[in-house]
Amino acid sequence: MSKANLLIVDDELSVRDSLGKWFREEGYDAWGAESAHAALAQMAEHHFDLALVDIKMPGTDGIELLHRIREVDPEMMVIIMTGYASVETAVAALKDGAYDYVSKPFDPDDIAHTVHNALSHRRADQENLRLREAVAKASKPHDLVGQSAAMRQVFEAIETVAPTEATVLITGESGTGKELVARAIHAASPRRYNPLVVIHCGALAETLLESELFGHEKGAFTGAQYRKKGSFEIAEGGTTFLDEIGDVSLKTQTDLLRVLQEHEITRVGGSHPMHVDFRCIAATNKNVESLIEEGKFRPDLYYRLNVFQIHIPPLRERRNDIPLLAAHFVRQFAASMNKHIEGVSAAAMNLLMHYDWPGNIRELENAIERAMVVAQGPQLGEQDFVFRVNRAERAHRTLEDAERAHILSVLEECDGNQTMAAEILNIDRVTLHNKLKKYGWKKTEKTANVL
Amino acid sequence: MKRIQLLPFGEFDSVLLANLSADLARAFSIPSEILEAGPDPSRAYNPEREQYSSTQILGMMSGHAATESCRLLGVTSLDLYIPILTFVFGEAQMGGACAVVSTHRLTQEFYGLPPDPDLLRARLLKEAVHEMGHTFSLPHCEYYECVMAPSHAVERIDLKTHHFCPECRSRMLAAVSR
Repeated sequence: MSKANLLIVDDELSVRDSLGKWFREEGYDAWGAESAHAALAQMAEHHFDLALVDIKMPGTDGIELLHRIREVDPEMMVIIMTGYASVETAVAALKDGAYDYVSKPFDPDDIAHTVHNALSHRRADQENLRLREAVAKASKPHDLVGQSAAMRQVFEAIETVAPTEATVLITGESGTGKELVARAIHAASPRRYNPLVVIHCGALAETLLESELFGHEKGAFTGAQYRKKGSFEIAEGGTTFLDEIGDVSLKTQTDLLRVLQEHEITRVGGSHPMHVDFRCIAATNKNVESLIEEGKFRPDLYYRLNVFQIHIPPLRERRNDIPLLAAHFVRQFAASMNKHIEGVSAAAMNLLMHYDWPGNIRELENAIERAMVVAQGPQLGEQDFVFRVNRAERAHRTLEDAERAHILSVLEECDGNQTMAAEILNIDRVTLHNKLKKYGWKKTEKTANVL
Repeated sequence: MKRIQLLPFGEFDSVLLANLSADLARAFSIPSEILEAGPDPSRAYNPEREQYSSTQILGMMSGHAATESCRLLGVTSLDLYIPILTFVFGEAQMGGACAVVSTHRLTQEFYGLPPDPDLLRARLLKEAVHEMGHTFSLPHCEYYECVMAPSHAVERIDLKTHHFCPECRSRMLAAVSR
């Protein structure tokens, strides 16, 4: 088997012949091209791992050919051959993406090493890329499940904002999957090969949070025995996800605002600001506008964070996603628990569909996990689920409750368009309007606000 | 292959040549003979480089190759080169009948060291077997002790043996038996 395919581009036949023969003895497949034009024609026909390109050729020269090769096959290694070694040509070649340059005639050991090293470098790059792809694939947030209109809007928003550098604010109740959305944005962004650092702001005391976010110098405070990098530094080239941003103190908000504006941090106890390259995604389950009115949140920080907002609706407003989510969690836990459970019985599903899920998807996931532990049969039954709302309460669900839930569900699917909803419900628009008024529904209560 | 023929170019140490002939006969288990001195190599001389073109010497040898059942090995003490490389220890026709080796850069004296006739004999045998290997269409081998391992510097010649690794040996034997 050939070690690699080489293309030797030189207008001198003796160079092409002698080098080609020499490389074939080395176990390579070597091809020759007398000009840049011929080289590009060869490249259209065959795949090459490496090209040895003479810098001085009639017509298109070696540097120009190097540019063309970079456009056609950026992974191909290029070694420039020069008649007279000069710093200028070497710098120009290396600047333009050549792996190395060699002066004619070559020392046999040197050229053998240069080509071998270039190919090893290429293999390492390819291996690195394959591993990165595998890691990205393995860490893809597969838990983002949903086919409701509201979730489709969320998916579209992720797709739109992910490739950009825009700061994103994710809002939604606890357990709706804000972190999963942040991970999905990171995974689909050009920063995906760099770290995603998650900080749960609500879980840390103010001083600890500052140290977590900005790092600290040795001796900055009692117990700071070592210099520590903060999450913005660790996320260099990647994304920082600030969860529960609504719980951050005003003092830390001021520091955060500076970081977002300047992309500079100063470690706690440090005096020199340093530049950091990160993208910020924040999330909250609180109404930040109310916090601003109460003077608990800086409006300027809110405007910085709220460049692009994604609202994740609570599970009770997208009940038609429940069967899909339940099936997903059953599959997931069946694999991890090594249990042969196929799904959820119709009666149990009815139960799941009528529960309000105040803890949202996290609560559904926990309920399924618990049911999977206790289940005996091939399906999860009613008896396997325990909710905070008991059966007696469920018995109070009236026909009017059902009608209300159905109307609101249809309206949600129609994005609040009452004319369309009335058509689907087969009632006139005035009747629908009156019913909605009775339920206290307001047009602003859109189930998914994706700005 | 029925025999190996050695064709000296220019002045060459007759003892070294006789030893090489005997060593090659043993290495390939076939007879080896020394021919009369080959044509004047001055046609292959490049005054700019002060070296001799190994490719041109190979060309001169073509007329001396007897039959396909022979391997003709040119031996010389001249400094050989191919256009793109600063020097070569030898050159062979891949899958052909002719090869040439030079002792110029195999001597210790070339590297400013005292002469070592035994080391020179060993190095010459390795290079001769190596170039002969190419005439059996063998490419370079990654096994560092195999005689077909690349030898772009004299240190690497000293590192390898004059034996083929099992894989190269089976390929060589298949070619010899033809």
